[in-house]
Amino acid sequence: MSKILEDLLYSESHEWVKVDGNIAIIGVSDFAQEEMGDITYVDVPSEGDTVTKEEDFGALESVKASSELYSPVSGEVVAVNEELEDKPELINEDPYGAWIIKVKMSDSSELDSLLTAAAYEEIAK
Amino acid sequence: MDNQLKTTCLHGEHVALGAKMSPFAGFDMPIQYSSITAEHNAVRNAAGIFDVSHMGEIFVNGPQATEFVNHIFTNDVRTLVPGQILYGMMLYPDGGTVDDLLVYKEFAPDAYLLVVNAANIDKDYEWMLRNAEGFEVGILNDSDNWGQVAVQGPASEQIVGKVLGMDLSGLSFYHFADFELYGKRAIISRTGYTGEDGFEIYATPEAIVDLWRTFLAAGVVPCGLGCRDTLRFEAGLPLYGDELSAEISPVMAGLSMFCKLDKEEFIGKDALVKQKAEGVARKLVGIEIADKAIPRAGYPVVTDDGTQIGVVTTGYHSISLDKSICFALVDSAFAPLGTAVNIQIRHKVFPGTTVKKRFYQTNYKK
Repeated sequence: MSKILEDLLYSESHEWVKVDGNIAIIGVSDFAQEEMGDITYVDVPSEGDTVTKEEDFGALESVKASSELYSPVSGEVVAVNEELEDKPELINEDPYGAWIIKVKMSDSSELDSLLTAAAYEEIAK
Repeated sequence: MDNQLKTTCLHGEHVALGAKMSPFAGFDMPIQYSSITAEHNAVRNAAGIFDVSHMGEIFVNGPQATEFVNHIFTNDVRTLVPGQILYGMMLYPDGGTVDDLLVYKEFAPDAYLLVVNAANIDKDYEWMLRNAEGFEVGILNDSDNWGQVAVQGPASEQIVGKVLGMDLSGLSFYHFADFELYGKRAIISRTGYTGEDGFEIYATPEAIVDLWRTFLAAGVVPCGLGCRDTLRFEAGLPLYGDELSAEISPVMAGLSMFCKLDKEEFIGKDALVKQKAEGVARKLVGIEIADKAIPRAGYPVVTDDGTQIGVVTTGYHSISLDKSICFALVDSAFAPLGTAVNIQIRHKVFPGTTVKKRFYQTNYKK
């Protein structure tokens, strides 16, 4: 049984969002990292790039496969977790601590279509 | 679909060990037990054991067995002594590959064991039957009656020798010996698919289950198909379906050394002679990129102006070499070593260079 945090929102493609004012902090769920296995590389955008809801903004690579990351919201990338460049395994070790990007949201109503922890629990099995 | 998947004699062992299972070649097979990286390193540094019971065992015998095998096989089995093994391919008349396989020359006269890829067992068996017309041979697909494990890694000789009570120091690379387990025939060969020293053991399914448990108790690490692919890839070994296929000939794949064009005849020979003389449009190369992004099968190989000149067939961030490398089939003009090429990975293009396909220095006991 994978871990799901109560105070986060989730996408169907297994990203999590922590909302801090108009900033969305984005990572991947415990379920997603378990499915991937050992993550060896995180392909991320640069600060200042624009991301669009439900479009890919990067990828996680394990030994075996790559898995695209889909943005749960639209906006501008204001921070990238540079620690993941040398330590991609942080996503395996602490998926809810190892955030990937922070996005300044252009339309916070996009959050309404995301899943609550209870709803996400239904698909993360 | 799942209920049509076949299982090997070790399926229950994999499930009990908590392996991540996945369909491969029509079988429900273990991809990994702990992690691909840990299992890969166990084989490079000590010893790992693989369930390869899905592989096919086809026995050929009869007065014209040698002539028949030489007719369907690219390598020359006339050079073999009993107990010796050859690698090679079966080809279609146009030079495309039916399968790559090992041929074991049995100790009994006029008899061979052909070990073929799991996905191709039925196709290969039918191909052999169809091409046996006019040859005095018997062909038996005995795959269901054999289990097989591969014990691979530098500690293999010591551990396998101890478990089987054999002195294996005299068994050289690409040679085999017969022995008995529970009164039935078993075979041990110094072969593998990892680039390390190691052994492949064939026996009855019951004996293979016992051997598996004994090897695990002796500290050999169970290894799944995930690391089998990373290991064979680093060692420059092709996988049928990726680097060899009905569309990819051994000449294109850089495996001409296993095709004896001085033999008077074998199926596909004329096509290979022509390919050697006229050149081939595409060749298999190794490519290294200076980035941690990973070239995956199907990604395009492109020139600086974005023209596609090839496609990746297998790629990883190499565990043993810590580099992003791949095999790719490219236009022959770009095949010479040291050619600058780019690989498109999602939205970005990464510069790379063609390199030798044997990325990792192999450690065979010759």
